[in-house]
Amino acid sequence: MFELLGIPPQALFGQLLLGLINGSFYAILSLGLAIIFGLLNIINFTHGAQYMMGAFVAWMLLNYLGVPYWGALLIAPVVVGATGIVLERLLISRLYHLDHLYGLLLTFGLALVITGLFRNYYGISGLPYGIPAQLSGGQNLGFMFLPNYRGWVVIASLVVCISTWFIIEKTKLGAYLRAATENPTMVGAFGINVPRLITLTYGFGVGLAAFAGVLAAPIYSVNPNMGADLIIVVFAVVVIGGMGSILGSIVTGFGLGLIEGLTRVFYPEGSAVVIFVIMAIVLLVKPAGLFGRTA
Amino acid sequence: MKTKGIVLAALAGLLMSGTAYATDVKIGVMNDRSGLYSDITGEGSVVAARMAVEDFGAAEKGINVEIVSADHQNKPDVGSNIARQWYDEEGVDVIADVPTSSVALAINDITREKNKIHLNSGAATSALTGESCSPNTVHFTYDTWQLAHGTGRAMVEAGGKTWFFLTADYAFGHQLEADTSAVVKEAGGEVLGVVRTPFPGTDFSSFLLQAQASGADVIGLANAGGDTINSIKQAAEFGITQAGQSIAGLLVFTNDVHALGLEVAQGLVLTSSFYWDLNEGTREWSARFEEQMGKKPSMVQAGVYGAVIHYLKAVEAVGDKDPEKVMAKMKEMPTDDVLFGKGKVRADGRKIHDSYLFRVKTPDQSEGEWDLYETVATIPAEQGFRPLGEGGCPLVE
Repeated sequence: MFELLGIPPQALFGQLLLGLINGSFYAILSLGLAIIFGLLNIINFTHGAQYMMGAFVAWMLLNYLGVPYWGALLIAPVVVGATGIVLERLLISRLYHLDHLYGLLLTFGLALVITGLFRNYYGISGLPYGIPAQLSGGQNLGFMFLPNYRGWVVIASLVVCISTWFIIEKTKLGAYLRAATENPTMVGAFGINVPRLITLTYGFGVGLAAFAGVLAAPIYSVNPNMGADLIIVVFAVVVIGGMGSILGSIVTGFGLGLIEGLTRVFYPEGSAVVIFVIMAIVLLVKPAGLFGRTA
Repeated sequence: MKTKGIVLAALAGLLMSGTAYATDVKIGVMNDRSGLYSDITGEGSVVAARMAVEDFGAAEKGINVEIVSADHQNKPDVGSNIARQWYDEEGVDVIADVPTSSVALAINDITREKNKIHLNSGAATSALTGESCSPNTVHFTYDTWQLAHGTGRAMVEAGGKTWFFLTADYAFGHQLEADTSAVVKEAGGEVLGVVRTPFPGTDFSSFLLQAQASGADVIGLANAGGDTINSIKQAAEFGITQAGQSIAGLLVFTNDVHALGLEVAQGLVLTSSFYWDLNEGTREWSARFEEQMGKKPSMVQAGVYGAVIHYLKAVEAVGDKDPEKVMAKMKEMPTDDVLFGKGKVRADGRKIHDSYLFRVKTPDQSEGEWDLYETVATIPAEQGFRPLGEGGCPLVE
């Protein structure tokens, strides 16, 4: 009936929905980064590698132990989160009193090492991982065919994001976390074990990355570079949302997914850079990010 | 002074177990050892080159072959630096493999300038034997023209009249799309649209929906590696193939199909110069390769083997490693090896052999982890490659 810039509305709805699905991945990943940065003041460059580990652990669980997708969705984040806790205790915790730059270098180096190890053992081509039988097939929405699995991705990610936000903003545990971010010494004086809080937070952030990795395994190529390809975009999302802002990272994650989806229709060649253009503009106008507070 | 020389000679003699070599040859295998193409080239190509030297029996024939390797990281500048160092300082005579078209074109130029030999197996661009052809280069394994014609023609003949392309937005993708479009139009088909996708990409669903909306019979994937894997995986997810559209993978390696799994990749039609399960010879060789690498060889790795064998044969025949004489011999002698069978190197440097149109098996048909393809058709060497003289190569009179 009517067309918007030459695109029929059905196609547009379809693309918006796809954008929302991609936004789900951005949201979960940037949420993990934001939590870690908020409390640890560490820019966790290992995040992409941990996302990749989530997908690989899901594959290992299936192929070595016969654990299906649903089990992996729970176990993989715990396993990868535990490796995160070990990393935090052994290495990252030694850098808290130093400049951001050291944490960035350490986590970046760790990301390279982890990626290299996986590449060495599993090669670069990747591994097959199927969609769970319960979620194969799809729904015809009239304007597009929506695979059931993609619908599940949006729901799962919304649930995880909202619960995380709720825990941090509305519960007592979250209040401790936020207090420890503001003034760790004072919170410690009230008898709360701040180092343990920090370790668990890092583990949780890493677990979120692994959760996104398991979600991604059935639809994206499971290979050692899958995180490196995505993480740069996720960092841009975090910067746009405002470093350390929980709500900011969720909203910008979904929002930028939508914008990227639209760019794919109107100007596909530009879809890889649109997020970075937005990042540049946001940094010029509001250097702390859309939801960030200036220190 | 004299005694010292004798001692040295004796030592050298001991090291070479008594053989006096007539010719010393140094082969540099340059490819991607850690990135996107490291599975299909990488260390496997070095292993293939070593196997060629052993199978040829170079040492017994008086040729002492040393093999070195380097990672060009898919960057033309890195590759060029290595090539210059190899040729100028390290006495390398031949550079083999070199995937990634942009790097291959750079090595092609340097090899010509230094008057050495380049045995290319890894790169796709048909320009290597077209306008950029060189008297010092052999393009051994495959090229974009061959892939486009093999798969493109077969799909149009099978009823795929209208096409929509998903093209990786860089030189290789554009070339593959252009070559395939030409075939489609020539065979009476029509190209309905193209979408240029950022490289490398993760999510192809919106491009696939655009392809679906076009109503084209065939969605042509003018991309490679992870891009191809992601697009095929997501096409299956969105029910595109089930809804009646076909996917044409224009550059698909066995490693890609292995990574996709047969559930997702089944039915995909592709062209290749090599598959490990073609005949007794390829199976035997691939089993030996697998012992060392833990996986079946790719077409590119097989090509490195074939190219090194042919080169060593020419060196043996000439009795010298002079590049001009050896190149002349390589073009004069027919090629014959266990992996590619009989073929020849043409005046433009294009090595021709039979190519195969494969269809990916269904999970039920497959009997093992690497049992991936069934042969649909064999394309004879003379038809499989761009006719001599059509590529605009100045070497062809």
